Amino acid sequence: MAETVRAVPREVPLGAAPPAFAARDITLRQVVRNGVLAGLGVSFVTAVGMVQAFERRFIVSQLSLDYILVVAFPLALGYLAGRPPPVLEGFEAPRLGAKNVLAGLLAGALAGLVLMAFVGIFGNFDVRDVFTNVSPEALARITFGEGLFEGSLAMLAVQAAFGALGGALNLVPERPRRAAFLAAVWVVAFGLFSPLVRQVLDNLGFPFLRYMYRSVSGALTRTGAVAVFVLFFVLSLVAKGSRLQAGERFRALPESQRRVVGGLAILAVLGLLAVLPHILGNFLSEILNFAGIFLLMALGLNIVVGLAGLLDLGYVAFFAVGAYTTAVLTWDRPEGLAGTLPGSIRWGPELTFWEALPFVILAAALAGIIVGTPVLRMRGDYLAIVTLGFGEITRLLFLSTWFKPYFGGALGVQRIANIEVFGVEILSPQNFFYFIFGFGVLAVYASYALQNSRIGRAWTAIREDESVAEAMGVNVVAAKLWAFIIGAIIASFGGAIFAVKVGSVFPRSFSIEVSIIVLVIVIVGGLASVPGVILSAIVLTATPELLQELAEYRFLIYGVLLIFMMLKRPEGFIPSRRRLRELREEELAQDAWLRAARAQREREELAEPVPGS
Amino acid sequence: MALLEVVGLTKDFGGVRAIDHLDMHVDVGEIVSVIGPNGAGKTTLFNLITGMIPPDEGDIRFEGRSIVGLRPSQILSLGIARTFQNVRLFPEMTVRENVMVARHARTRAGVVSALLRTPRFRREEAETRRRAEEALAFFGPRLVGYRFDQTAVSLSYANRRRLEIARAMASDPKLLLLDEPTAGMNPRETQELTELIGKMRDEKGLTILFIEHDMRVVKGVAERVIVLDYGRKIAEGTYDEVAHNEQVIEAYLGRRATA
Repeated sequence: MAETVRAVPREVPLGAAPPAFAARDITLRQVVRNGVLAGLGVSFVTAVGMVQAFERRFIVSQLSLDYILVVAFPLALGYLAGRPPPVLEGFEAPRLGAKNVLAGLLAGALAGLVLMAFVGIFGNFDVRDVFTNVSPEALARITFGEGLFEGSLAMLAVQAAFGALGGALNLVPERPRRAAFLAAVWVVAFGLFSPLVRQVLDNLGFPFLRYMYRSVSGALTRTGAVAVFVLFFVLSLVAKGSRLQAGERFRALPESQRRVVGGLAILAVLGLLAVLPHILGNFLSEILNFAGIFLLMALGLNIVVGLAGLLDLGYVAFFAVGAYTTAVLTWDRPEGLAGTLPGSIRWGPELTFWEALPFVILAAALAGIIVGTPVLRMRGDYLAIVTLGFGEITRLLFLSTWFKPYFGGALGVQRIANIEVFGVEILSPQNFFYFIFGFGVLAVYASYALQNSRIGRAWTAIREDESVAEAMGVNVVAAKLWAFIIGAIIASFGGAIFAVKVGSVFPRSFSIEVSIIVLVIVIVGGLASVPGVILSAIVLTATPELLQELAEYRFLIYGVLLIFMMLKRPEGFIPSRRRLRELREEELAQDAWLRAARAQREREELAEPVPGS
Repeated sequence: MALLEVVGLTKDFGGVRAIDHLDMHVDVGEIVSVIGPNGAGKTTLFNLITGMIPPDEGDIRFEGRSIVGLRPSQILSLGIARTFQNVRLFPEMTVRENVMVARHARTRAGVVSALLRTPRFRREEAETRRRAEEALAFFGPRLVGYRFDQTAVSLSYANRRRLEIARAMASDPKLLLLDEPTAGMNPRETQELTELIGKMRDEKGLTILFIEHDMRVVKGVAERVIVLDYGRKIAEGTYDEVAHNEQVIEAYLGRRATA
């Protein structure tokens, strides 16, 4: 990197004008790197079989997902190849022009060359023992079925063209470029999730559905694609500015009005959520329910990890305690069959869900104390390892023969009673949505209420510096225990709902993976940020479900998205207020304060005229 | 009357004796300074008094009662608050919240009342907030207004020191331990803080024990000076007395070459 930082040319030709502080421009290295990357990317998706697998998956009209994937690489990396490096203050920005397009073209051509080499090697030597997915069909697909050499030449041209297009994107001003990118993503999403989108639009009573989608392949029609593109292009052009303005206007309101507006906004969101499951239909509601259970766990863990900074890797234990307590207390013992069923659980008081709930809370609190007490003096990595152990111990206890008369061992507890609310049995995904949503609202409220209280400040202080928190009078032992207890109770709600929803519990549902997924949700959402955690719980649990169609590639895509996300926004989807330390915000606050102070002074001066004036 | 009494206090770190049979006391309403060369055991003394590390021998009495073995948070609620040599704030918390944390020991609201937002909780919360802002206002306009909601990490170095002192003051201490309060401040800021230390005692009725390297501050405000070297008290008295003490000069400047 050292050489690219140099801004002043070393040699100045005699008689030339003194060197201006020209900013760095695109370098050949940048072009080569991005070109090779694009070529490797396309080769990779071909080699793992994605190209062939998506051959018949039409997104827009006759355009299938594989070709979208194949041209996305040169397009994106061509853009990067032609993008001038960031301009430092005081330097003149390099002029944009044909060279940016040329850089993209070169990168694309290079990608094509790499791809040619790939096709050449894999087409002439049989490597299918190792790369089982590199079939002649896949290679034919990527060479347009025109023969290895001619076809890959054609592909080279295509790659170069899209590279150039990517490079040319640099000439477009930022706002329309961003809007166009988002609109293109939406078009692909509309095509990719067409069955779901069609169902939602149908439920909404959207009249032009048959013009928008092809009936057989389910792909967007050309008209549909253009409509979606234009709609989202315009929306994202308009939305960005007005969202910021709305935020500023909201903050400028006086306290009382802010309360009213905030309350109305919350009511609007609640209203929207009330009709949501009916718009979404069964399948999407079911996905949302699944996300809701994870959301409950994530909100609980957010208190433990996000607020109090206690890294708990065995969080699934509390989820399991909630699920098993509910299961044991509410399962429906068949008449006269007790003891003869597999698993032969001997005990079951057959309570209703609501009668069992206080016991669930008690059991979770107890579990919180049991896990919390021995780890009170541990910090950081040690805490993580010990809690990891606790998570496994819990699962093994539920699995053990020792507790088999109560928990059923590997066969678990089955026939868990349904929930009744005001005489209505909760069975349909829509009803479950409302139920889970109710608990979610409670958990969100608890998160906010506790965050802005004495105990919440104690947690944050412990996260920031434990020994100073203690020296400043915070009872660290009590505060940590409370974090574990509250976290455990919220997770146990998730477990209780999970048990009732599935109707049975098995020890294998409570593996370490659950702990890890929940932790990922909290981190990706933004530690200590409730909105971030909500968003990431929905996105991270729903994405693999929505991508189900992509079969074995969905986790590949999921993983790539996760990595990309953490590279782009390491502080999470929606960083918490504390973590958002943008200069701009601070300046705004300062300005507002100064204005208020000046106004105050002027008022005072008006009230009592300055002597002598 | 002695507010704080230290009797035969000893602390070893491995083979190094950081505090060596130290006897000292601080009377109610006094301003006492602890000075000494680097490694003399000054900060260790503070850590021992506030319970952050346990002593090996000896006793520490506060208002006549032994506080050895108490947790730091218990010692704070008895009325000893401190600041740190290398400012230790809660960086991601706002200025106001930093100070509000120090009210923890003086407030009672628990988890349930926070969830139910009971009237008592609201009252206590408002009171905590008011007390925090009051403590910050002690430093004039520097830490008030829009600064309330800034994160501690965005403050300047001198303001961080002030914030730390405000945090300690907000806990309603009887005895305030300041560990090098003027380190890293420019002469004007140092002068200002020297005056504030006097004001803390005169207006807030605090007893103050502070570690300081800047002799102008010690001379300006300390009524009594205790000099430590290798964990032992080598001199005690007014600034002028200790400044002319042979042993003190030796400790600071080294042994005079014997002719």
